[in-house]
Amino acid sequence: MPRTTIVQFPGSNRDRDMIAAIAKISGISPTLAWHTDTSLPDSDLIIIPGGFSHGDYLRSGAIAARAPVMKAIAAAAGGVRILGVCNGFQTLTEAGLLPGALMRNARLTFVCKEVKLQVANATNAFTAGYRDGEVIRCPVAHHDGNYFADQKTLKSIEDNNQVAFRYAEGTNPNGSINDIAGIFNEQGNVLGMMPHPENLIEPAHGGQDGRRLFEGALNMLETESA
Amino acid sequence: MTVNNTHPITSELISSHGINDEEYARILELTGREPTFTELGIWSAMWNEHCSYKSSKKWLKTLPTEGHRVVYGPGENAGVVDIGDDDVVVFKMESHNHPSFIEPYQGAATGVGGILRDVFTMGARPIAAMNALRFGDPGHAKTRHLVAGVVSGVGGYGNSFGVPTVGGEVNFHPRYNGNILVNAFAAGLAKRDAIYISKAEGVGLPVVYLGAKTGRDGVGGATMASAEFDDSIDEKRPTVQVGDPFTEKCLLEACLELMASGAVIAIQDMGAAGLTCSAVEMGARGDLGIRLNLDDVPVREENMTAYEMMLSESQERMLMVLRPEMEDQAKAIFTKWDLDFAIVGLTTDDLRFSIHHQGEEVANLPIKQLGDEAPEYDRPWVEPGTHSQQEPHLFAPPHDYNTALLKLIGSPDLCSRRWVWEQYDTLIQGNTMQLPGGDAGVVRVDGHPSKALAFSSDVTPRYVEADPFEGGKQAVAECYRNLIATGAEPLAATDNLNFGNPEKPEIMGQLVASIRGIGEACQALGMPIVSGNVSLYNETNGEAILPTPTIGGVGLIDEHERMTRIGSMQAGDAVFLIGTEGTHLARSIYQREILGEETGPAPLVDLLMEKARGEFVLAAIRADYASAVHDISDGGLAVALAEMCMAADLGMKCLIDVTYPHSALFGEDQARYIMTINSEWAGMFAANSEGAGVSFAQIGQVAEERLIINDLIDISVGDLKTVHESWFPDYMGETALAEAAE
Repeated sequence: MPRTTIVQFPGSNRDRDMIAAIAKISGISPTLAWHTDTSLPDSDLIIIPGGFSHGDYLRSGAIAARAPVMKAIAAAAGGVRILGVCNGFQTLTEAGLLPGALMRNARLTFVCKEVKLQVANATNAFTAGYRDGEVIRCPVAHHDGNYFADQKTLKSIEDNNQVAFRYAEGTNPNGSINDIAGIFNEQGNVLGMMPHPENLIEPAHGGQDGRRLFEGALNMLETESA
Repeated sequence: MTVNNTHPITSELISSHGINDEEYARILELTGREPTFTELGIWSAMWNEHCSYKSSKKWLKTLPTEGHRVVYGPGENAGVVDIGDDDVVVFKMESHNHPSFIEPYQGAATGVGGILRDVFTMGARPIAAMNALRFGDPGHAKTRHLVAGVVSGVGGYGNSFGVPTVGGEVNFHPRYNGNILVNAFAAGLAKRDAIYISKAEGVGLPVVYLGAKTGRDGVGGATMASAEFDDSIDEKRPTVQVGDPFTEKCLLEACLELMASGAVIAIQDMGAAGLTCSAVEMGARGDLGIRLNLDDVPVREENMTAYEMMLSESQERMLMVLRPEMEDQAKAIFTKWDLDFAIVGLTTDDLRFSIHHQGEEVANLPIKQLGDEAPEYDRPWVEPGTHSQQEPHLFAPPHDYNTALLKLIGSPDLCSRRWVWEQYDTLIQGNTMQLPGGDAGVVRVDGHPSKALAFSSDVTPRYVEADPFEGGKQAVAECYRNLIATGAEPLAATDNLNFGNPEKPEIMGQLVASIRGIGEACQALGMPIVSGNVSLYNETNGEAILPTPTIGGVGLIDEHERMTRIGSMQAGDAVFLIGTEGTHLARSIYQREILGEETGPAPLVDLLMEKARGEFVLAAIRADYASAVHDISDGGLAVALAEMCMAADLGMKCLIDVTYPHSALFGEDQARYIMTINSEWAGMFAANSEGAGVSFAQIGQVAEERLIINDLIDISVGDLKTVHESWFPDYMGETALAEAAE
């Protein structure tokens, strides 16, 4: 059975969405960790959910990135799959576990809408449930999702196939460079993304395009495709 | 350093507290002596219009508030309604008008924060929010700035707190130029036996202060909210509070954990008039005195006086009566969430509200009289004038029907509000089933396989202006229809009554007549009023707003698989009009946008017909007949059909019998819906309608690409959408911004 740990910070607010999604998809409730924890239980997948950790009062994710639990996450990043969604992505970049930064949206306002994502690299476990180049639906909800990296970093991200998802069909909602919506670390075991796959996993959500991401990350795809 | 709490009580000081001579005489009598400065502040806070409802109470008592599903009606922080399976929905709507005009971002943000606290104070986790916003003329110099500020304030607070905003209203009218309206609604879910109320029980128990620290922000805010504006409003900015959604989110989690631990006897949020109002309410309801020691109140500013601490409206604070044996456990929860937890007082048996500061008693007042014996006025009022009904031929037809329809759907009041609601998190919590833009927002009940709740906020102020009684009825009726259109059984409502100065008999007459209308409609449609708020003195330089009694309704969908949407039809479906041909053009959007007038009577609301047609539509949805449903309201039949087409990205070909084409297309007669039915069942559906005695007409078919009505309308859905979607971004300068960026 896949073991998932969800890390909660004061101000996390899509943690409940993520807990529900993992329980529905994997059949078992995830373990919860608190930002002050200094160690994490053995896990197949560690998730930093969305929200406004510490109010995002300094920079989005900046205070969370310095929480005690981040040392344990950095240690786990040597091999365990780690997913940061929205505020989780911001936290992973602030912690240096993913390259680049998330700036204020180009239009300067919060944006919540459905966008199209193109799967840019389907060779990774996180994206194995999709076809390369497949375009999927996914909602976004953020104020600071404008991905940026300097030219050198950007080139290495692109050259190493670290882009997981790109906004497609003109739906880039925030001005992200190269339409980047989600990236892997060099090793490919850490994924950060602004869109919320956890909000599109069952018919009541109006679609299930987000589901395969979790099935991939939890090694649940074989039974699906059989 | 010792802070000076004394201040001579002069007649200027008394009148600057909004207390008149008669009220002051009563205060002297109840205090038994001249009040201290702190006491004067406390009396003023408890007796102002905002907290005491002194002008409206007499009339509010006439509203229907009971029903077999009502668990708690008005009087608590929010209304509580049973939705089966031991679940309850807890909801309320409240205004934050004056602060939002002075400082739009913080005013709107703290309005959202206040209403969320009202809901979670009762032990309910907030699951949905709505906002009814009314701004001045789009051409007015301040309007754009106010729209931008209020929308980002609503989003800034709700998005960070983590509640989906699933509905609301945005309207424009010159009568709001100097006084915008921000009415915030929130609903939460709880178990029936886990509801907390404000009534304290037990003597000698600790009174605990929870949440954020107290500062000077908002001192006198409730008094400000009960005064008219003049040109000196900028001087009032310091009375607007500042919101901190992060602290509120932590407070929510801490309070729910605390309640689950069993440590809470009574709890009350600190809203208007902060510490004063929350302490008095807990004591007065429980027939207990309260003794507070202000030296123990967590403060974030130095040298605060007792007066300032008692009247501060700093946000994200709660007051609680605690089970003393659970103090350590309770404290640990607040420490985990990094929030203040301070024992600041005790419950007593002497029915006194006793305040101590720096070793001195600075106030000692009778608590019951503070809470319950606020003056109650039967203010003079005049019956509003009436207009005789006007036949359609008295209104000019448009030169071109296509142009007229495009103008209506691209007008400020009917265009798409996407620009607004895309700044709100509509999806958080993962339970949203219908977004803004349809008839009602829908959120499923977490943990239940098939239940969902529908939410709608409605009022048509131009009707209320023309006829407060019919307008009051119409607000409830439209809300009822919007809930029905999703397949929800309307359960109950909250009212947010926004009016001008009640000391003017005409304004008081509007209030009286519209409450009468609301009451009749709520009674007839089975939607009791379970909570609400009154906002008076919405005037600037003597000019009142349009009378705006906003109704926030909640409905229950028992099987969300059968829920209907505005655009869920398929090509080939038959289109039915439930109701009769439109005839009423006075006060319509057509009259305003095409003829440039705003005159005549409001449409009449036949409540028996509303009920009969509503129940018929609901039964048809539950029997799985309907593929899509939409109510007909602003803009009439043609606008309703266009809205369905745009939502579905499909056209319609309609042939309707018309006596007067312009009133048939744009008349705003009430009690009407559009339903689409799978063509195979259309015959059976028609027979059922006939059998039920419901007026209906099969008017057309869902088709590809174009909306065609007789030989009057022929427009591609793409063109409809372009016009409908462009007004808001154009107005807010967004289009220009996007072009510049390219």
